[in-house]
Amino acid sequence: MVQEVLLRLCAGFVKTIELFLLTLAGAVPLGLIIAFGSMAKFKLLKIVVRFIVWIVRGTPLMLQLIVIYYGPGLLFHQNIWGMGTSGRFTAVMVAFIINYSCYFSEIYRGGIESISKGQYEAGQVLGLTKRQVFFKIVLLQVIKRIVPPMGNEIITLVKDTSLARVIAVYELIWAGQTFIKSDGIIWPLFMTGVFYLLFSGILTILLAKFEKKLSYFN
Amino acid sequence: MPILEVKDIHKHFGANEVLKGISFSLEKGDVLGIIGSSGGGKTTLLRCINFLERADKGTISVNGKVIFDADQHNLTVEQQRENQLNFGLVFQQFNLFPQYTVLENVELAPRLLKRYPEAEIRERSMTLIKRVGLEQKIDMYPCQLSGGQQQRVAIARALAMNPSILCFDEPTSALDPELTGEVLKVIRELAEAKMTMIVVTHEIAFARDLSDKIIFLDHGVIAEEGPAKQVVDNPQNERTKAFLSKY
Repeated sequence: MVQEVLLRLCAGFVKTIELFLLTLAGAVPLGLIIAFGSMAKFKLLKIVVRFIVWIVRGTPLMLQLIVIYYGPGLLFHQNIWGMGTSGRFTAVMVAFIINYSCYFSEIYRGGIESISKGQYEAGQVLGLTKRQVFFKIVLLQVIKRIVPPMGNEIITLVKDTSLARVIAVYELIWAGQTFIKSDGIIWPLFMTGVFYLLFSGILTILLAKFEKKLSYFN
Repeated sequence: MPILEVKDIHKHFGANEVLKGISFSLEKGDVLGIIGSSGGGKTTLLRCINFLERADKGTISVNGKVIFDADQHNLTVEQQRENQLNFGLVFQQFNLFPQYTVLENVELAPRLLKRYPEAEIRERSMTLIKRVGLEQKIDMYPCQLSGGQQQRVAIARALAMNPSILCFDEPTSALDPELTGEVLKVIRELAEAKMTMIVVTHEIAFARDLSDKIIFLDHGVIAEEGPAKQVVDNPQNERTKAFLSKY
């Protein structure tokens, strides 16, 4: 029995990790684009981007999942996500990436705006291009400053993956829950907690290492 | 022909007119000291010359060539960057790049802009770092250095792009008094080597000894200008007298 439980929990956990990694891979770069949008000199763009960020940060991720999965079907009478498991997974990925890139964008914006004007000016008087100033001077300083808040969000994401369950994506929590119906036992569901703890524990260690690596300057 | 000619520079921020028509010229190899009370426009003038602020009116010429004209808006970004390189600027707050070592700070711009062959960049940078007396510290990061050492690195970094005119914006104001000497010494050595410089400073005695010419800036106008010793020792203008009497 224990073996059977572990096997199925592991299968669910693989999906959880997949959700986690793909969300990061999408939201980390998309967040930067949104951050630039929210700082744009072009007022209209700035207002539109900040409005979207407000909507996304101001509503529950669970609700966003439901709207993104069912919304297009209700509007266009057509399921744009495709049938079955892969369609639901695509919808989850889209919702997660949009949600997390908005949160990341605010962290990036805070980081970018915290860099002193003097760093940009020092680059300018040395004749560097705006691009060089950003990538060669500002970026690493921003990264250093955003590691702690990004760490927070990343750990939250580990647990938020469980929300995929509301549109029937088979992840860790669901894997644990199935045993309640089929075998009348609840401990497998409790056990999923161990997986989350291990995963976030490993991430905490990795983040601390990264933070240490950047501690040579301030 | 003067190396630098600044004509009728005006600059305002909102309703506040900070510079009300500044004109002066500077000969190659000379040092110009700019003194005056806070809020008089010294730093703004230096920032206009270094294109960190855009003057509302006026022109700036280097070696007889107009490189800035407030009425012209047709310079490409490339031309602006090229013009920028006539000047080097040392900031009050150093503004070193914290993630780079001393050597990397000095080498960054020449390397990114491919100014010299790679081997020459290293050689030139080392020479500059020796010149400011920090050859023992090349692999240190700015946070490991004292303020005076950081400012000396900033001077080497500004020299790395080989500017025609080196500008200093109150280079010792952010330093503890015991650390100003080492920075002033480096600036003095540059003056002896006939580097053309503009130095905005509160160190009146230093400005007097170092400069060929001094400008006293007051409420956005040049209240007095002349040979350094004459302006400091025997000021003619009432405002200059009042200002200098505090030192």
